[in-house]
This record gives sequence, structure tokens and C-alpha cells, in this order.
Amino acid sequence: MRSHHDMGGEPAGPVEKTEHDYAPWEKRVDALMVLLSDRERSLLRVDELRKNIEAIGPDAYDKMTYYERWITSITSTLLQRGAISSDELARKLADVERREKAGLL
Amino acid sequence: MEARFQPGDQVQVRKADVPGHLRTPWYIRGHRGEVERICGYFANPEELAFNRHGLPKRALYRVRFRQSEVWPDYAGPAADTIEIEIYEHWLEKA
Amino acid sequence: MSGHTHHDHDHDHDHDHHDHSHPTQPDIDGPLTYHQRLEIAVRELMIEKGILSADEVRRTVEAMDARSPAGGARVVARAWVDPAYKQTLMTDPSRALNAVGVEVGLYKLVVVENSDSLHNLVVCTLCSCYPRAILGLPPDWYKSRAYRSRAVREPRKVMAEFGLEIRDDVAVRVHDSTADMRYLVLPKRPKGTEGWSEEKLAQIVTRDTMIGVAEPRIP
Repeated sequence: MRSHHDMGGEPAGPVEKTEHDYAPWEKRVDALMVLLSDRERSLLRVDELRKNIEAIGPDAYDKMTYYERWITSITSTLLQRGAISSDELARKLADVERREKAGLL
Repeated sequence: MEARFQPGDQVQVRKADVPGHLRTPWYIRGHRGEVERICGYFANPEELAFNRHGLPKRALYRVRFRQSEVWPDYAGPAADTIEIEIYEHWLEKA
Repeated sequence: MSGHTHHDHDHDHDHDHHDHSHPTQPDIDGPLTYHQRLEIAVRELMIEKGILSADEVRRTVEAMDARSPAGGARVVARAWVDPAYKQTLMTDPSRALNAVGVEVGLYKLVVVENSDSLHNLVVCTLCSCYPRAILGLPPDWYKSRAYRSRAVREPRKVMAEFGLEIRDDVAVRVHDSTADMRYLVLPKRPKGTEGWSEEKLAQIVTRDTMIGVAEPRIP
């Protein structure tokens, strides 16, 4: 079965020549990818990141933006590697939300 | 390390349908082309994707295909081509 | 996620809380999305675990901002005026890039040359592989479903949507970057540019001409 990301030759509409200046958070996602996969750390491989993007279900793949897919994949890969745990992540996310509400971000 | 194919060789892409992190696009599987160059030797991305070392390295080739052979409804001139990098284990002698 | 037109300013450091979590720039008009929160959470966890530092993230973003198609344009302009340089570029791209101070990056670069009988177009159908070290970040459309799906199957139609018509006596060759190579198109030097300086030539070498959806034009 053809995988959803493997889209060469599939029918599609016109190319929308959209461009946007990347938002700071997007650039930071990119930076995370570059740093975590660099030779010094070798914490993730680009191949793992790609594999984990491919594993995002078709619906989610289409709905998410490019960097939303990347941060999702970076998170999955770190979990798979044991570099973070779901529990740590949950606590940290709750902390981020709390700080956001308090205007501290 | 020795490359199985040389530039100019006629090759066919294997028609496998399996899960995993595959870098041979669906649209090119089963098609015939010509080796344009040997790109070098690389660890297997199918293995690297699962945090395995992907060794031994294997040959990666650029293979050139006629668009009219790849797409049944290709509307452009016969000289139009497409080139793709394909790992040795996905190629057979045509 | 909405599109933004902010440029990434250097984070201002007159916040009075200097915790290690590196204050984010207020770059959004509403509440953070789930993924924006996730980015903060993952980054902070990585910093807390000593895997990376806020400084490294900042420097990496700055390095990314510093890359633009101008590097690629310099390479093309040099190749146009200097046949020996062009030869080096085609056979040993790393050396050629180093010679003009353009970053080489981790991947192997392949330069594909346009001619009177051949036009090249680059795509990555499987993801979005792109010569980032030389051209900077790719545009949205390069990563879009429509481009990735159609560029391999109907390249002439796709290029026509960009305003580029290729005659039938010119072959179109599409390069699908599926592995470790990255592609740069060496466009044809347009007529009417004889005697131009490298700097003037570089100005007409746009990003799109090095992907293959455009040809350099005299303004």
C-alpha cells in the first residue's frame, strides 16, 4: 500500500505559490532538529525524524503545518529514544500552560 | 565494497510493497531505467530510521527513467526524463 | 497557525527574569497552539537535561537567518564568468563552494546544468530535501502536496503555473531528491548580459531559478 507521504504522481490541485516568513517558534523547531541530530549529540537521526513524520496518520499529516509535523516527530523520537518520558512532558506542558496564563511567557 | 551496477546499465526497480521507512518512491517501483552514476556508498536509511546502524554501507545510484515509460499518460516530449537516487538493494538487472 | 511577517529579531535581553528557559518573543496574536507549547516544553526539557543550551538554539536560528539564496547566486554568477570555476563546480562542488565562501553543508551537492537542449527541475516527493546550506530555508510551495505530487508527473504544467514555458525541443529532466544528494540548478546565462560584473549577474539569479521553476531574466 502506498504510504500517505509518498505522494509523487498523485493528483493534486494547482501549486499555491505561498511563502511566509517563518515564525520564531518554527525556526526554533528547525534549530532543535539540527542540534539534536548533529554529530556532537547524535541524539536523533534525520531518518528517524522522517520515519516518525511518515507515521503521523494521513488526516493529521494533511491538517498539520510543516513545523507542526516536525515538532510532533521530534517529540515522538525523543520518547522512543528514552530521552524524555511522557510524564516529564506532561508536567512540563502543564507548567508552560500555567506560565502562559500568568503572562510569564 | 563493490558496486553491482555501472553507469549505462539497464536496471529495473523492484516492485515491493512493505511497511517501513522506504526511500524508493511508490511511483517508480517496477520501472526500468539506466544507471546515470554511482553516487557513493551510504548506510541504509531503512535501518537508520529505527536507530540501527544501517551497515554495511551500500551503493546508491542515480537512475534515469524516460517519463513516457513511467507515466502512461505523460504528455511531454519523448526526451523528458526523471532521475532518482535508488539504493542497490532495490535494483535488479533489466 | 497563521502566517507571520515578523522577522526573527534577536531576543531582547532586558527582561528582568533570566531563567534558563529563554524568554520567547511575543510572536503570536492569541493563545499559543498546542504545537507552540510543545516546542517550548521540548526545548526547555532539553536545556534542563543539559543536552543543549538556549544559546545554541539562538545561534542556530541566527545561522539559519543568515543563509539565503545569495550564496547560491554568487556561485552561479562565478560559474557564468569563469569557465574553469564552472568546471570545478560541476566536478567538485564542495571545493567550488568553499572557494567563494559558501557553506557546503552535510549532504553531497549535485549541480545540474541547464542548456539550450535541457532544463532541470528539482523536487523531493517524499519529504522536502533541499540544499538549505546554500539557499536557506525552502519556500512553502516546495514542500506542498501539489508541488511534490505533480512536479514529477507533469513538470511542464507545474512550471507553466510559475510562468515558465519550456519549448518542446528542450528536454525537461526532473530530479527527485530521495537520498543523500542535494540538487542545485545552474541556470542558463541570459543573452544581453555580456560584460556584466559578477555582482550584477548574481542579482538576476533568484532562488526559483536554482530550483528550476524560473529562468533568470534581465529586469
